Amino acid sequence: MQPTELLTPTPAGLFCPAANFYIDPTRPVARALITHGHSDHARPGHEAVLATRETLDIMAVRYGAQSAGAQQPIDLAQPLEIDGVTVTFHPAGHVLGSAQIAVERAGLRVVVSGDYKRATDPTCIPFAPVRCDVFVTEATFGLPVFRHARAEAEIEKLLASRALFPERAHLIGTYPLGKAQRVMAIIRQAGYGRPIYIHGALEKLTNYYAESGVELGEIRKVAAADRSKLAGEIILCPPEAIKDLWARRFPDPVTSLASGWMRVRARARQRGVELPLVISDHADWDDLCATILETGCSEVWVTHGEEDALVHWARLQGLKAAPLHLVGYGDDEATESVETTEPAHD
Amino acid sequence: MTDATHTSADMNRFASLLDRLAYEPGRNNKLRLMTNYFRNVPDPERGYALAAFTGGLDFPNAKPALIRALIAERTDPVLFGLSYDYVGDLSETVALMWPARDGGEPPPTLAEVVETLRTTGKLNLGKKIAAWLDALDETGRWALLKLMTGALRIGVSARLAKTAVADMGGLGPNDVEEVWNSLSPPYGELFAWVEGRAPKPDTSDPAPFRTPMLAHAIEEHELAALEPAEFVAEWKWDGIRVQAAVGRDASARTVARLHSRAGEDISGAFPDLIEALRRDDSGAFALDGELLVRTEAGIGTFNELQQRLNRKTVSSLLLARYPAHIRAYDLLSEHEADLRPLPFVERRARLEGFVARFGSERLDVSPLVPFATWEELAQARRDPAAHGVSEDIAAIEGVMLKRRDSIYEPGRPKGLWYKWKRDPHTVDAVLMYAQRGHGKRSSFYSDFTFGVWEGEGEAMSLVPVGKAYFGFTDTELAQLDRYVRNNTGNRFGPVREVLHGPDHGLVLEIAFEGLNRSTRHRSGIAMRFPRIARIRWDKPAREADTLASLEKLLKDR
Repeated sequence: MQPTELLTPTPAGLFCPAANFYIDPTRPVARALITHGHSDHARPGHEAVLATRETLDIMAVRYGAQSAGAQQPIDLAQPLEIDGVTVTFHPAGHVLGSAQIAVERAGLRVVVSGDYKRATDPTCIPFAPVRCDVFVTEATFGLPVFRHARAEAEIEKLLASRALFPERAHLIGTYPLGKAQRVMAIIRQAGYGRPIYIHGALEKLTNYYAESGVELGEIRKVAAADRSKLAGEIILCPPEAIKDLWARRFPDPVTSLASGWMRVRARARQRGVELPLVISDHADWDDLCATILETGCSEVWVTHGEEDALVHWARLQGLKAAPLHLVGYGDDEATESVETTEPAHD
Repeated sequence: MTDATHTSADMNRFASLLDRLAYEPGRNNKLRLMTNYFRNVPDPERGYALAAFTGGLDFPNAKPALIRALIAERTDPVLFGLSYDYVGDLSETVALMWPARDGGEPPPTLAEVVETLRTTGKLNLGKKIAAWLDALDETGRWALLKLMTGALRIGVSARLAKTAVADMGGLGPNDVEEVWNSLSPPYGELFAWVEGRAPKPDTSDPAPFRTPMLAHAIEEHELAALEPAEFVAEWKWDGIRVQAAVGRDASARTVARLHSRAGEDISGAFPDLIEALRRDDSGAFALDGELLVRTEAGIGTFNELQQRLNRKTVSSLLLARYPAHIRAYDLLSEHEADLRPLPFVERRARLEGFVARFGSERLDVSPLVPFATWEELAQARRDPAAHGVSEDIAAIEGVMLKRRDSIYEPGRPKGLWYKWKRDPHTVDAVLMYAQRGHGKRSSFYSDFTFGVWEGEGEAMSLVPVGKAYFGFTDTELAQLDRYVRNNTGNRFGPVREVLHGPDHGLVLEIAFEGLNRSTRHRSGIAMRFPRIARIRWDKPAREADTLASLEKLLKDR
């Protein structure tokens, strides 16, 4: 069997003809397997969804309980047979509930990794490499210029800046799902004990993380009237809120953004960021390369991101490699923000 | 603001200053950062930093080609190419990608870097730079490479750096500007003066640069607030603003210099003009005007002027083909007398007399535009041919308005001078190719090639007519970037073909200043100063403009 017979790239996403399911489809389908809750991968409107319990919960938080017709939770590492095809979810280390999906038939195993990272993250289960024939990888940071700093060291920078400017509020733009809670958890690990303030758009998902047992300490939603009193405090908000009217009421805010893109200066400047924090929930270049080799695969498919460089590198290693040019992923920055930002009220 | 303050005066401290300046948006905070650095870092280290900010360092052997050679030794060329294309900045790409080896050398000082770069020959320089790159961290590597290639791009102008130095001694930037040309890196004399440890440096510059006076842009609807009788109008010419200064040095030799608007000495590229200006009999003078190319056929296009710009030497062929000319706007000094405190109309009278006596074919005066009401001026601006201009109409960029009583005040003072540019032409074109940008637009698809229709019906095809990389807002840039990524056809290295055809394609409204014939472009047309005025998400691609309509415009001019 050819790998493309088991999983075929289509405009709606990767499709398994034998079992009639899509993985992370970008348009409504009959049967969807979903790797994680980011809105470019988990879209509403499918007739049936198979995902981890956490991913289903996150979809419900975002889209309401009716986000999909039938919802079936699946445990990690528990194989499930669908029409002669075996699927198994394995941890991806990206956000709470994120999984890679191994698809097997007749001795051929394709692993669709979804988005993943290898760096430590106190808010989710670490990535587990799975041996496979074909590894389907993202390449969001698929260029050798992307070498993420240690997230803990970046948080030290933040705390040092806070000590240097005690009269200013520190406003950190973070994606509402995963990044925000990871930043909070690392701030806590660094011994910071004051309340952490959040924009309303982060509230529901942060509550969900806390209810799931992730240790975040005292989190307070910013009340409109309190903004001018938050000198010296750390406030988390969606990325685009750092330049919103909303941000202006804080005392002389230091604008910060926690993102892998902050590695490139022009990106930080384009966003008007004064304190760039290179913290990413995606694998950096070195980790993408190491992971491909660890899976022992003989073929690599690259779904989205900077696919050209990663494909070139994989071929240099003697692997078969191809870009899938899937459209609709990797826009989490844009899509996340549009749907979760509250309108500014002033 | 992120990292601990370096106490050692090494390259890392300079790098940390550059890093902070690069992210700091506020002018006053930038000044404070620089002043603070100059106060706390000893000579000659700080002087070399000042030289870096003012573009005063030139390392003939340390060129981008050398950096490329170094990175090529350590990385795969394809991966480097893709990374560079993404980051859009050579120094930063290398700084981020550099696979450091433990060399054990301590990081160098800035002074050591500058002096080594100046004196080391090509042969040994590569090894030295590689050792530095190994010893420095990512920010240090970036600063080193920026310094070598001479383009810091951290939002600090030479003027701002000089202001920071002036601030140290409670002086103004023009005080520093006055002595600047007689000084050289590492500027020990200058720091001694501003710190009150030594007298003002001796400036016997016979042909100094004077900070030019600049105008504010104005739109038609804003004119009503102004009184026409208080203003004089003159044509604004499409060249580059320059200042010519002539004087005698201590040994009575006549010195002539041509300065750019920013104070750069560009005399070397214009020996023809310098020769015409250096007259022993005319005495000292300084005038402000527009640098143009002018032949018997009239004023050349801006494109032709560009053949003469940014050259260290100039061939006799270029001199003959594109003779340089100054169209004067103002007279700043004459026979040692500073005319800048005089009202404009008096300076203008002196200018006309001076240029007439000077009698050079390379120097004339920009004519005034007579008008009594703003409507009359608006008509003249729209149709210069009907208002006294018989030639060079294509080189008119608009009109300048100057208050009759305005003194020549350095900088951009409010309420005195205005520039009222001609309205741009516009054309609806279809996006055809996109490439990632550099600098501010790095990593986004932001350089757009667009085309217009040629032929009809089945034979209808797009012919590229230009490239634009600004005019859009940050939000629009993000939208365009996503459009390109989601509508890519073929890929040619860094260039993406964006799907385009009568039924599929994105229409961009392009504004531009003029058209020239060009043999280099398939369309036969070159656009001047094209930019994206609007994104026409609403307009079907087949309804975009045609090449015939552009050709008509070219004939009409």
